[in-house]
Amino acid sequence: MTDVVATNETILVVGGGISGLTAALETAECGKDVVLVEKNPSVGGRVAQLYKYFPKLCRPSCGQEINLRRLKANKRIRLLTMAEVTNVEGAAGNYDVSITIHPRYVNENCTSCGACAEAVAVEIDDPFNYNMKKIKAAYLPYNMAYPQRYVIDPSIIGSEDANKAKAACKYDAIDLDMQEQTIEIKVGAVIWATGWRPYDAAKIQPYGYDRYPNVITSVEFERMMDPFGPTGGKLLRPSDGKEAKNIAFIQCAGSRDRNHLTHCSRICCMASLKQSTYIGEQYGDDAEAKATIYYIDIRAIDRFEDFYKKVQADEKVQFVKSKVANITENRDTGEVVLHGVDTEGYHRYDNTHDLCVLAIGMEPSVRADQIADNVAADAAGFIQMNGAGGTIFGAGCATNALDVNRAVQSATAAALRAIQVVNRVSSAEA
Amino acid sequence: MSDVNTAMVQKYRNDFLKEVEENVEEGHWVKMCMQCGVCSGSCPFGPDWAHPPQEIFMMIRAGKRDEVLTTESMWMCTSCYNCIVRCPRELPITHIMHGLANYAHRLGIAPKMNPTRRFSIIFWNNITKTGRVNELALSLKLYFMDGFMSGIKNAMAMASVGIGMLKTKRLNPFALINHKGVKNPKQLHVLLKKAREIEDRRKGIAS
Repeated sequence: MTDVVATNETILVVGGGISGLTAALETAECGKDVVLVEKNPSVGGRVAQLYKYFPKLCRPSCGQEINLRRLKANKRIRLLTMAEVTNVEGAAGNYDVSITIHPRYVNENCTSCGACAEAVAVEIDDPFNYNMKKIKAAYLPYNMAYPQRYVIDPSIIGSEDANKAKAACKYDAIDLDMQEQTIEIKVGAVIWATGWRPYDAAKIQPYGYDRYPNVITSVEFERMMDPFGPTGGKLLRPSDGKEAKNIAFIQCAGSRDRNHLTHCSRICCMASLKQSTYIGEQYGDDAEAKATIYYIDIRAIDRFEDFYKKVQADEKVQFVKSKVANITENRDTGEVVLHGVDTEGYHRYDNTHDLCVLAIGMEPSVRADQIADNVAADAAGFIQMNGAGGTIFGAGCATNALDVNRAVQSATAAALRAIQVVNRVSSAEA
Repeated sequence: MSDVNTAMVQKYRNDFLKEVEENVEEGHWVKMCMQCGVCSGSCPFGPDWAHPPQEIFMMIRAGKRDEVLTTESMWMCTSCYNCIVRCPRELPITHIMHGLANYAHRLGIAPKMNPTRRFSIIFWNNITKTGRVNELALSLKLYFMDGFMSGIKNAMAMASVGIGMLKTKRLNPFALINHKGVKNPKQLHVLLKKAREIEDRRKGIAS
């Protein structure tokens, strides 16, 4: 797996989410050799954690299946999972890259039979479900994970559980002696697609994400709708497991705020509009089920305007033009109470809801100025594209707060730029 | 209406936002408000305001000069700074509220009987007289602000606190006649007069 042969005509793609996958596939399908590095045990990224896409409300698993078929069919892509780029040096056409590969403790003999997970007793937080669920310390990251191979969590290495897992494996797939290793490769161009992470909601002190169990983030809410998710596809309150019917959405949670992220995260308005439709999907005509969206202004741009209009026409969804000032909790019922003043009439409200979803902002997973010396960061830490060709090309949410559609466009653009660089290298050498 | 007020109405006509920007402390921030409403929702005195800060900013932009300058709303501000802490655009809302109150007062159109305004005048006169606050005189003046009878009532209500302070030597009854001010209060008065002149010149107010 680690015998990566790369030359200065190889393209390195960092990050195996939707942007990195797209960039890797498109460069490889143009006949270039690609090394795709993913930090997690599986490709797919945050898109794989979504229940539905906006505005069409279709399932991301559908597109992922197509991408995985393309990936499996393409011999030019060398995929390294549980791997992180630790150093990038050089210039266009000639980069030296260090990659650290963390041990998975499971080799390619794995058939995903699941016998190791049955043998192991220790449970760990499931990062795929934003730690809302426990999984065995020998696990498949998620059903559609690729590679379809189990992972032994490093926390049980050296324990009795690890030995039990090894003993349970009929295929000799578990290798508890795997070590972390660092490899050095040469590449001609780098596409940086490390994506985004949700802003730390606990930092928005007045909303009490760290204090009230029924204040959750939009990414956590998304996981609830998954039939394999922490609640088995039901909208349940974390405090007591009761059905949440009266649900509040708070927009700009962490975004457009000089105390947090100054930029607009772009996707949150559409995400909440989309998530408001889940309530109808879950409860049908139940009169108690309703969504209330608290917003400064709804930013549903271009063709999304139609979707916004459709949601506005939905009787289950109410809009309140106001940034919520603070949230308190009714200790007896676990309900959350949102306080504020609405801008349309300046009416003071103290509204009670079962559950409050913070439409959380996007920040880059890796700050651009931490990648390499010649990568420019904007104020929010996203990669700033500069005109000097042949540097490290950003793709997707590493460059800006983007929805999936725009992230894929950005990845295709980065793929083209990288191809241009390695083409220049090969014509110079010919 | 005062002469200053008439002059300002003449000068700015329908552009109240510009008037606020040029004459109110931190007034140039008003146009930055994006009407999210966090300030109004965060104000502990919020329910008691006729117009919460967010609405005042909108009224300024809408040119509602008389409504803004004669309202008691901004006099409600207790300087808790909750609004400044939470404002997503970091507007110095507390300072703007005090700035508006001060400006309305300068123009002579602030609500005459507003208790905060009256206290501010009493406090200002007290501290500038000698350069140090005469706490006993200030308290008594405050008690008797609404007349002799209510003053007696207020003083009686606070009697136990006063006796306690007397016992622990936190209150000196002779301070009423023998208050120790700064070394040279006359010089302080010259200084304050000059500061007022400079401010008026900057704002274009003929004093």
